[in-house]
Amino acid sequence: MATKFFGARVKRREDPRLITGTAEYTDDISLTGMLYAAFVRSPHAHARIRSVDLEAARAAPGVVAAFSGKDLKDKVNPLPTAWLVPDSNLKTPPHPALALDTVRYVGDGVVVIVAEDRYQAEDATELVKVDYEILEPVVNSESAVQEGAPVVHEEAQDNVAFDWNIGGGDLDQAFADSDGVFKIRLLNQRLIPNAIEPRGCVAEYNSGSGKLTLRLTSQNPHIHRLLLSGVLNVPEHKLRIVAPEIGGGFGSKIAVYADEAVVAFCAMQTGKAVKWVETRRENYVSTTHGRDHITDLEAAYRQDGKILGLKVKTYANMGAYLSTAAPGVPTWLYGLMLSGVYDIPAIQCQVLGVLTHTTPTDAYRGAGRPEATYVLERVMDLLATELDLDIVEIRRRNFIQKEQFPHTVAMGISYDSGDYELTLGRCLEMLGYEAFRAEQAEARKEGRHLGLGLSTYAEMCGLGPSQVVGSTGFQGGLWESGLVRVHPTGKVTLMTGTNPHGQGEETTFAQMVGDLFGIPIEDVDVVHGDTDLIPMGMGTYGSRGTAVGGIALYQAAHKVIDKARKIAAHQIEAREDDLVFENGSFQVKGSPDKSLSFQDVALQAYLAWNLPEGLEPGLEAQAFYDPNNFVFPFGAHACIVEVDSETGQTKILRYVAVDDCGRVINPLIVDGQIQGGIAQGIAQALYEFAYYDESGQLLSASLMDYAVPKASQIPRFELDRTETPSPVNPLGLKGIGEAGTIASTVAVVNAVVDALSPYGIIHIDMPLTPPRVWQAIRQAERR
Amino acid sequence: MYPGNFTYHSPETIEEAIGLLEQYGSEAKLLAGGHSLVPMMKLRLVDSAHLIDLKKLRSRLSYIKKEDGRVAIGALTTHHQVEASELLQAKAPLLAEAASVIGDVQVRNMGTFGGSLAHADPAADHPAAVLALEAELVAQGSGGRRTVAAEDFFLGLFSTALEPPEVLVEVGFSALPTGTGSCYLKYPHPASGYAVCGVAALITRDGNGNCSRCRIGITGISDGPYRARAVEAQLEGQAVSSELIAEASQKATDRIEPLEDFFADADYRVSLAATYVRRALATAWERAG
Repeated sequence: MATKFFGARVKRREDPRLITGTAEYTDDISLTGMLYAAFVRSPHAHARIRSVDLEAARAAPGVVAAFSGKDLKDKVNPLPTAWLVPDSNLKTPPHPALALDTVRYVGDGVVVIVAEDRYQAEDATELVKVDYEILEPVVNSESAVQEGAPVVHEEAQDNVAFDWNIGGGDLDQAFADSDGVFKIRLLNQRLIPNAIEPRGCVAEYNSGSGKLTLRLTSQNPHIHRLLLSGVLNVPEHKLRIVAPEIGGGFGSKIAVYADEAVVAFCAMQTGKAVKWVETRRENYVSTTHGRDHITDLEAAYRQDGKILGLKVKTYANMGAYLSTAAPGVPTWLYGLMLSGVYDIPAIQCQVLGVLTHTTPTDAYRGAGRPEATYVLERVMDLLATELDLDIVEIRRRNFIQKEQFPHTVAMGISYDSGDYELTLGRCLEMLGYEAFRAEQAEARKEGRHLGLGLSTYAEMCGLGPSQVVGSTGFQGGLWESGLVRVHPTGKVTLMTGTNPHGQGEETTFAQMVGDLFGIPIEDVDVVHGDTDLIPMGMGTYGSRGTAVGGIALYQAAHKVIDKARKIAAHQIEAREDDLVFENGSFQVKGSPDKSLSFQDVALQAYLAWNLPEGLEPGLEAQAFYDPNNFVFPFGAHACIVEVDSETGQTKILRYVAVDDCGRVINPLIVDGQIQGGIAQGIAQALYEFAYYDESGQLLSASLMDYAVPKASQIPRFELDRTETPSPVNPLGLKGIGEAGTIASTVAVVNAVVDALSPYGIIHIDMPLTPPRVWQAIRQAERR
Repeated sequence: MYPGNFTYHSPETIEEAIGLLEQYGSEAKLLAGGHSLVPMMKLRLVDSAHLIDLKKLRSRLSYIKKEDGRVAIGALTTHHQVEASELLQAKAPLLAEAASVIGDVQVRNMGTFGGSLAHADPAADHPAAVLALEAELVAQGSGGRRTVAAEDFFLGLFSTALEPPEVLVEVGFSALPTGTGSCYLKYPHPASGYAVCGVAALITRDGNGNCSRCRIGITGISDGPYRARAVEAQLEGQAVSSELIAEASQKATDRIEPLEDFFADADYRVSLAATYVRRALATAWERAG
């Protein structure tokens, strides 16, 4: 393949419309006669609903309809959970679209109001009288499994939604052979995704045709169509899902939400289009959260730093209901990756998925893999301290070696390719590791606290091979579709089943196909997000857009070339084998004057006056690509911080990242993904945390209280890459959307802990806010 | 995030604004830059039936001027105007420095000096500086104008000495003695940008290298801004050393009940106040030289 565009820093073609305000988001949509919905949500974490009085609200100015859970009964089915993790005694308690008799978290939907404008709808919510009998809630996952804890659902008296166990290797032997066992408890705090665009939905129902159209904030419109078809009793072919421009998802727009189904119901009941867009306040309580693990860990080690075995027990806080993909996140996406970049002979992992009176959790950028990386990379530093080993040396002693690939880890998955020494070596070189240690020692003499944190990571993405994900209980395949439509003038429309929403694939896919066809990028457009236009697809998450969706298009494009070659050969009167396709032109080998351009072939395909016998007119092709494995990007991140021991404030002085995501189509976009990912990871380390008080109130429920970092709170990044192609797909691609987040959090934590090592501090739970760091120092001083 | 219904008023004169306040009483709110009020309305924490927009008074209440050894600032002067004022940079750099760390550029372009003071957020920046400057706040009511000393103005959480229907119209303060150095030092909350701790320090160095005068205003630590009088007293008349500053700074929260929230507990705020007072004083002392 000619590589005019592949590997080029092409500017994102999405950006002009995004930065000039011409993009159309869900909230930009306005339909004739459209009504507006607003929700009454539970102010209590746990309460019985004695009664709901809608009379005053229904009589309020502009109000067209008001519904409570009872009005939806038998018309809107409970929300499904779509990742049914097997062999885990999984319980999926019913999740009604509006609460029936019990509310289970602050933000649980109770009533919807539909009015002529949004202000009237909001005003009317204040007139709804709900009589609550307040009950005791439980918000902490470990507390929830204790005897006598408040019960979230009758179906799970112990609040355990699933008890998932997985292991590989001989753990008993590992512990028997070890020189010591290190134990620690690690907390991975709850985070709130905070996409800049809140969720929303515009529902439109045509009672004549029975067609329901939902324009909504979705990372995966076809999954929305399939699941909402069941929830709303609307046949799949009568349901159209359109995902307009999406202003960030980070996993929070994967799930099929109760309020989306309710808005659709409102449109079907009123016969009018109905719009609802979350307020930021609602976003905090009603959109899924992420992380929230309590992990007890035992690491069996040899004196030389080699880890022989890991025993992990994690309490994963699932919130009040099991969200769409939720059970898969703290299990498969976490447990399988507990080897990271290390050759660990034996690992055992138990995950308790715990129901609590909090907002449901689900995938959040990295989804399970940041949590696994956090555990491993903290353990590396803790053991290095315990054994007085260098943090680089202990990692090297445990690395899976380059020669071992493809490598099957203890948990049974096979890593495709990797060279962990390569990224680490480059990272240390950029960092000037030895020089920093000298600088650190000098600084300590002056009473300054500099620290260095490393994170060497691998992650599993490009989700994923359908047979494998099927065996994990995911209720679908994770192949992807791609359709390449060549128009008579040789212009091209690509349709992808992924739904890019910030990942830049309208650019990268055009680069890839532009190269294949030898045509300018401007001649290629990418269409996505409309289930009436594009073939069934699985959407964008799990760093799968390019590594899976891109390959589907790659394969479809090759089908197009194969057909075009037949047409060209016929028209030039040459044998297909004698044709070469170069720079957008089919040429007879050795006779470049005998040629036909791609555009000419396209026209001929549609004129169809002179096609090879038996060949259908037209020039388009579709492919469904099902990868035979996941892909495993990797890298080394390093962070240097200075901690002010008087105030606990941390300043990041340097951040160096060397990532390897296989071959790169657009380095500019990959840089952007890594930068955004690192920023989000730093945010977990230093700034962000969802805080529930004991009564189940989310106190960090606004941008005034929940610290999504601004540009001024993020350092400059020093980035580089190595390229170790993946053998899984023909282009050697891996994913990069989540890697930055997966790697960075623990690099920062390790750096802060290193800075404070003179105090004998070995661990501080996240986020490392100044008050928490200050507290840790004071406690250490008192010891 | 959708405010309730309200009637919008846009008076042409201060007298008209006062008249509206008199007419609607507690049902009315004054709108200046709107950067505190509008979010509160959107959250329906404030649900006033009447909103009195002061924007047409801007031409008369937006100024920074010097007269008779006194600096006067109109209440509708924006944070940005305070930050950028050459007069203030020369005569009271403390105010310009405090203004420069409020919110972000957009907030500073809209938010007003008087609005911030009248709102009396316990973590706002200007109140600390105004206390240190021993400013006088001019309130205009139906019966005319009166002057309130800064220390009498702030009464605690979102509470001031303004008596309805008074409007804060001007803030004035005397020119600082020569040899005065100042510093506004702030630790902004990572989410809101408000001060977890903000220290406004003024210190005057006499001919002998002693501290002849010291004024410290602190915000963010308690339910209202306050003067750290114990610290001031320990420094005044003394030969200043870093040891003395450090010792005095330990009194930053004397007789103060610190705030607690899920971000920072009282112990942290006490420690932070002492550290920030020490650092602000050290910088101010250096600048005084």
